Amino acid sequence: MYSKEVMDHFQNPRNMGVLNDFQAVGNVGNPVCGDMMKIYLKISDGIIEDIGFETLGCVAAIATSSMITELAKGKTLEEAEKIEFKDVEKALGSLPPVKLHCADLSVQALRKAIGEYRNTNS
Amino acid sequence: MEKKVYMDYAATTPLDEKVFADMMPYFSEKYGNPSSIHSFGEDAQEGIIKARKIVADFFGAKDSEIIFTSGATEGNNAVIKGIVMSRKIWEACGGKPHIVVSDVEHDCVLESAKRVMKDGLAEVSFAPVGSDGRVSADDVQKLIQPNTVLVSVMYANNETGAIQPVQEIGRMITRENEAGNKKIYFHIDAAQAVNYLDCNADALGADLITISAHKIYGPKGVGALYARTGTPLAKFMDGGEQEFGLRAGTHNVPGIVGLGSAIAQLENYKEKNKEIGRLRDRLIDGILASVSRSALNGSRENRLPNNVNMRFEGAEGEAILIMLKDKGVAVSTGSACAAKSLSSSHVLKSMGLTDLDAHSSIRFSLGRQTAQEDIDYVISAVPGIIEKLRGVSGSFDHSTNLSQADEKGSKEEGSVFFG
Repeated sequence: MYSKEVMDHFQNPRNMGVLNDFQAVGNVGNPVCGDMMKIYLKISDGIIEDIGFETLGCVAAIATSSMITELAKGKTLEEAEKIEFKDVEKALGSLPPVKLHCADLSVQALRKAIGEYRNTNS
Repeated sequence: MEKKVYMDYAATTPLDEKVFADMMPYFSEKYGNPSSIHSFGEDAQEGIIKARKIVADFFGAKDSEIIFTSGATEGNNAVIKGIVMSRKIWEACGGKPHIVVSDVEHDCVLESAKRVMKDGLAEVSFAPVGSDGRVSADDVQKLIQPNTVLVSVMYANNETGAIQPVQEIGRMITRENEAGNKKIYFHIDAAQAVNYLDCNADALGADLITISAHKIYGPKGVGALYARTGTPLAKFMDGGEQEFGLRAGTHNVPGIVGLGSAIAQLENYKEKNKEIGRLRDRLIDGILASVSRSALNGSRENRLPNNVNMRFEGAEGEAILIMLKDKGVAVSTGSACAAKSLSSSHVLKSMGLTDLDAHSSIRFSLGRQTAQEDIDYVISAVPGIIEKLRGVSGSFDHSTNLSQADEKGSKEEGSVFFG
């Protein structure tokens, strides 16, 4: 059902856990489908220097959160904001159609964290 | 070889060897069409007659009250739709009939009920369940209307193993019928119950009972419908006159023979079933003792001896399932998330569980081949899996106030739509 990349990120999540010195967090959730995500950001000179995530959810929710942290790390906020659910899906090889919303959820979490950073640092 | 543990007997069971042997001649040796009147047909017909007798005896019924189907899904569709489409029923209630089904029925009953409601063929009421997942006869009674023609309550729930008080409901319906000089028919979906519970139709007060062979170590694709003499059912498959004119189509002869054989084997497993019950308790106790913030969904009382349905705070069902799969253990989620639908189990939610609790649930279902070492293997595997997933979910727990999170997260900009 899941691609090799999805399984790899599920079994070995990257950037897992809360950052000690995070500056912003994006908290999103979809209780009906059972997936909750938090993405933590540490920003330096407009660049995502460090990123972490916590996810309560299915295999795809964990894999997409892990993948988006990899995609966003080291990018400028402007670049990171442009990441779309299709980018996350593509990076993971593929996702079952019913799980595409997980990729979208990870995008929303990242954008929410960036939004929060901007609100508190402008 | 890697260890493999099958704990999904509620989904399906392996074919019993004796059943397999009994079926074998009906593939290439006795291959006649049982509707044919030559000797080839007679050979096949003989197998069907024998199987029908076994199934009839099991229900304490007459042979003419047994209709072979492709399984419980077909049987349940045939009952719900067949009753409300019956001309006799419409005449008897002088208009649109009303049916009562429980909230925790299998989808094939619920969807059939919704279908006939949508098509204007019947009104439908849904009976609630308590936190133990059980329907009460009182609640069903409260839903009965002057035009009620059918009550459908399953014998045991497929997700939680909750054994429903069907005898009590049967007696209540009998009283209603006597007091009102009317006839409400009582249907029991017994698919999950056959291995463990008495299915005598009179003792249950049932007019209709549906079963599947593959849940009882028989073949897939065959089942039976018990319909008490005089029960009005619309023909549910048009064509020939097979199955008393109700279900056209050439008989699945090996399957029907297999169903009969599977039922004939049941009495050999009475002791084994007690052992399955002990293993179930060992699994429940073992997990509760080794995993904090875990709980059994439903009560232990009135529960099938092979069902363990548990929830694990801070971990999601599908993720648990896939990690167990990596360890060779086959289970099911309480949630349908892994399948086509994203919504959590309607059964667990009917019992009052929150979405997150329902999503964190796993069903282990035991069977004849389950050994104590399998139970112990699972007990040893589960804590590490839950710990790992709780590491990923971190600060989320089930008391997380969802209003803190952006509930609309995926919906707000969800103009990205996923077909």
